[in-house]
Amino acid sequence: MKERLVLVGNGMAGVRTLEELLKLSPDTYDITVFGAEPYPNYNRIMLSPVLAGEKTIDDIILNDREWYEEHGITLHTGDPVVEIDRVNRWVVSESGLEVPYDRLLLATGSDPFIIPVPGSDLPGVVGFRDIADVDAMLAAASQYRKAAVIGGGLLGLEAANGLMANGMEVTVVHLMDILMERQLDRTAAQMLKKSLEERGMKFLMEAQTAEVLGDAHVHGLKFADGSELEADLVVMAVGIRPSMELAQKAGIYCERGVVVNDTMQTYDPRIYAVGECVQHRGQTYGLVAPLFEQAKVAANHLARIGIARYEGSVTSTKLKVTGIDLFSAGDFNESEGDETLVLQDPARNVYKKLVVRDNRIKGAVMYGDTIDGTWYFQLLREGTDISDFRSTILFGQHDLGDAGHGDETRVAALSDDAEICGCNGVTKGQIVDAIQTQGLFTLDDVRAHTKASASCGSCTGLVEAILSSTVGEGYEAQPSKKPLCACTDHSHDEVIKAIQEHELKDMRTVMDFLEWKTPDGCATCRPALNYYLLANWPEEYHDDPQSRFINERAHGNIQKDGTYSVVPRMFGGLCTPSDLRAIAEVCEKYNVPEMKVTGGQRIDLFGVKKEDLPAMWKDLTDAGFVSGHAYGKAMRTVKTCAGKKWCRFGTQDSTGLGVKLEKLTWGSWMPHKFKLAVSGCPRNCAEATIKDFGVVCVDSGYELHVGGNGGIKVRVTDLLCKVDTEEEVLEYCGAFTQMYREEAHYLERTAPWVERVGLSYIKERIVDDEAERKALYERFKLGQKYAQIDPWKERAEGKDAYEFRPLKLSA
Amino acid sequence: MNDWKEVANLEEIPRLGSRVVEVEDGTIALFRTSDDRVFALRDACPHKQGPLSQGIVAGHTVTCPLHNWKIDLESGEALAPDEGCTNVFPVKVEAGVVYLQV
Repeated sequence: MKERLVLVGNGMAGVRTLEELLKLSPDTYDITVFGAEPYPNYNRIMLSPVLAGEKTIDDIILNDREWYEEHGITLHTGDPVVEIDRVNRWVVSESGLEVPYDRLLLATGSDPFIIPVPGSDLPGVVGFRDIADVDAMLAAASQYRKAAVIGGGLLGLEAANGLMANGMEVTVVHLMDILMERQLDRTAAQMLKKSLEERGMKFLMEAQTAEVLGDAHVHGLKFADGSELEADLVVMAVGIRPSMELAQKAGIYCERGVVVNDTMQTYDPRIYAVGECVQHRGQTYGLVAPLFEQAKVAANHLARIGIARYEGSVTSTKLKVTGIDLFSAGDFNESEGDETLVLQDPARNVYKKLVVRDNRIKGAVMYGDTIDGTWYFQLLREGTDISDFRSTILFGQHDLGDAGHGDETRVAALSDDAEICGCNGVTKGQIVDAIQTQGLFTLDDVRAHTKASASCGSCTGLVEAILSSTVGEGYEAQPSKKPLCACTDHSHDEVIKAIQEHELKDMRTVMDFLEWKTPDGCATCRPALNYYLLANWPEEYHDDPQSRFINERAHGNIQKDGTYSVVPRMFGGLCTPSDLRAIAEVCEKYNVPEMKVTGGQRIDLFGVKKEDLPAMWKDLTDAGFVSGHAYGKAMRTVKTCAGKKWCRFGTQDSTGLGVKLEKLTWGSWMPHKFKLAVSGCPRNCAEATIKDFGVVCVDSGYELHVGGNGGIKVRVTDLLCKVDTEEEVLEYCGAFTQMYREEAHYLERTAPWVERVGLSYIKERIVDDEAERKALYERFKLGQKYAQIDPWKERAEGKDAYEFRPLKLSA
Repeated sequence: MNDWKEVANLEEIPRLGSRVVEVEDGTIALFRTSDDRVFALRDACPHKQGPLSQGIVAGHTVTCPLHNWKIDLESGEALAPDEGCTNVFPVKVEAGVVYLQV
């Protein structure tokens, strides 16, 4: 017989735990759910849009009743559990049902805090917590005109905004002298108040409610100073309290909430608790993101995997009031020893403040322009040292987000038809709609459902901003430790470290050692593992063609019609008449429909049929060409300018050096594509300062530049150092390349890698540490011994012939 | 009912890989999974006709090389949240020989 699991509390935290549990272990339990409300699980954080008339109840249901049926879950709605009998292990519901359990999950959530003043129980006084509250407010709005909202926090302002949208005249009553004092500093709070006032919201600040006035129905408020305010509806939004009476009555240890350990277990080992009702390491949480993290952990233990730990959450806040961009995270009120970075532009109504200590972000407040909120939040959670980009940090992460959008950073102000993802043609309206109707909470969800930011990724920042402004505080930020893919819980860094330290030398061993969850991995992790193994064990590891993306398996770029393109290498961009003649002859022989000169100074031959590739390669290799690796996560080209030999400005032999660099690096597999350039003078005609490794020749030597990118988001290189000789250029280039090959994540270009690890770290190892540089260079050259075998020649001679030859049917 | 036609030895299809075979009305992709089962699909992704034979095989799915749709090898259907379906052809392996019904 299956074990019995009873969930008390049919809300987001509890049901999310069930979803995670069913994913891990669908058949472990017979599950029964009790909910106090008469609805299946709905998206509580969407109550504000429902109140504002932007959504209906049906829109915000996350799991309909069919979902419970499909998973064999018995659901009792409108029937709260009133007693837990821990000795006999059953629960009793209000209607008298007695259900036994082997494991119990408490997710009773929280109750609105009702200020204990005379009259607070009058009809017309409501909280803002569930659908019944929203119904009560909507009913009041259709009947009355004046509303008072007590509490100028997140919830209070959203309630006030919703009531205004329903035509009510709303006064927000707040005890403190600034709004949202737990999320905002004084400046941001004043900007917020001003823009809400412009919309018609009224405020009574520093007002202490003494009494709710009325006889049969509320008709006003009376304050401690004796003044009064007329109101036909009073919304109490001063805070929430963990709902723990049930647990307390059952003798489960509680303080401010139900106390749980890092596995979400309560004082009674058979009873777990998640969500707003729990207290973990002294903290209670009222936002959705931490609850989802808890749900994952609880599910892991309920499924008896037993390896997950919840270690607390740092939270960030967004206000869900249409048209207002506001973000805060961490500890943003400076104390002694903190430094404050501020950018304030009254004309644009923009304010950004970062509180920094020891070059690490402690807190952030932003108003008006919040697109970088998610970036600052990530830096905060990861404790990143910001000294390398501290001087420009307030201007935002230029690598994120605004490709094709100029300086449009006010996401809330964008119209619904604004195109966010230029690759897949996805508009803001489509993203918002998917988030709301499909109940999406993570960037990955949004990518899967809408394809926004799923191709080149340049709009990731915008999509994250839309996600967080749509779901408000429910936005589930990217976890700081991101698993490589869904097949594993390990991050790229952990996988790389395991491969290096435990000397894992083939894919099966890596998957077994790191307990991969799928038998064969997937299209995301297999190419990554194949690369890591190649980069770390060049002498032992055998490349796995079936773990390569088709371009690298077929050694050509697949085009949209299924044909391939072929790009022969031209070292340093130099060529001879006989080279060109050979290419011309090959094109005629194989009917190449189009030729094109590439940006990397070579020639692209388009439209080649896959079956023709080996024969064509044979002709090319016979003429002395090798593969240009234009299809690979590999060293692509070395672009050069004319240089000293011809150009009157040239200071060094840039073409000659380019050829030497290309001879050194060709064939090398990389985490992502990798481009070089050599310019013969600071005029920089070869555009060396937007390459992964660029050399700018000067009269006295060579400037070495790293981490540039001319693609999705232009990034200019950082200057690594200056050297005197060509030999040094080659050594530094090999060392930098090898460091990138060993340490970057698969599919991470040098630009984000340099930003992630910091230029100072790279300089320490390559410029300051000669022994380390030479060791890296030696390892690079060792790898090249195995990598510089021309894949075209091998295939022209018959390797992997099956790849290119169709099968035939026989009768 | 069409006849079974011999198309290849199992060993000619790489494990976790695929081969194509031309038939009258198009191309069929044959996939061999890690458990040595063989599946046959029309070599066109329901999304934008990408050649599924060129994708990466894992479990009983293949990922289209053009836009990363995942297609179930048994049913030919795209995995959620994508929607679409490509044709499935009957295929069997007997004594190390792969037969296709077209």
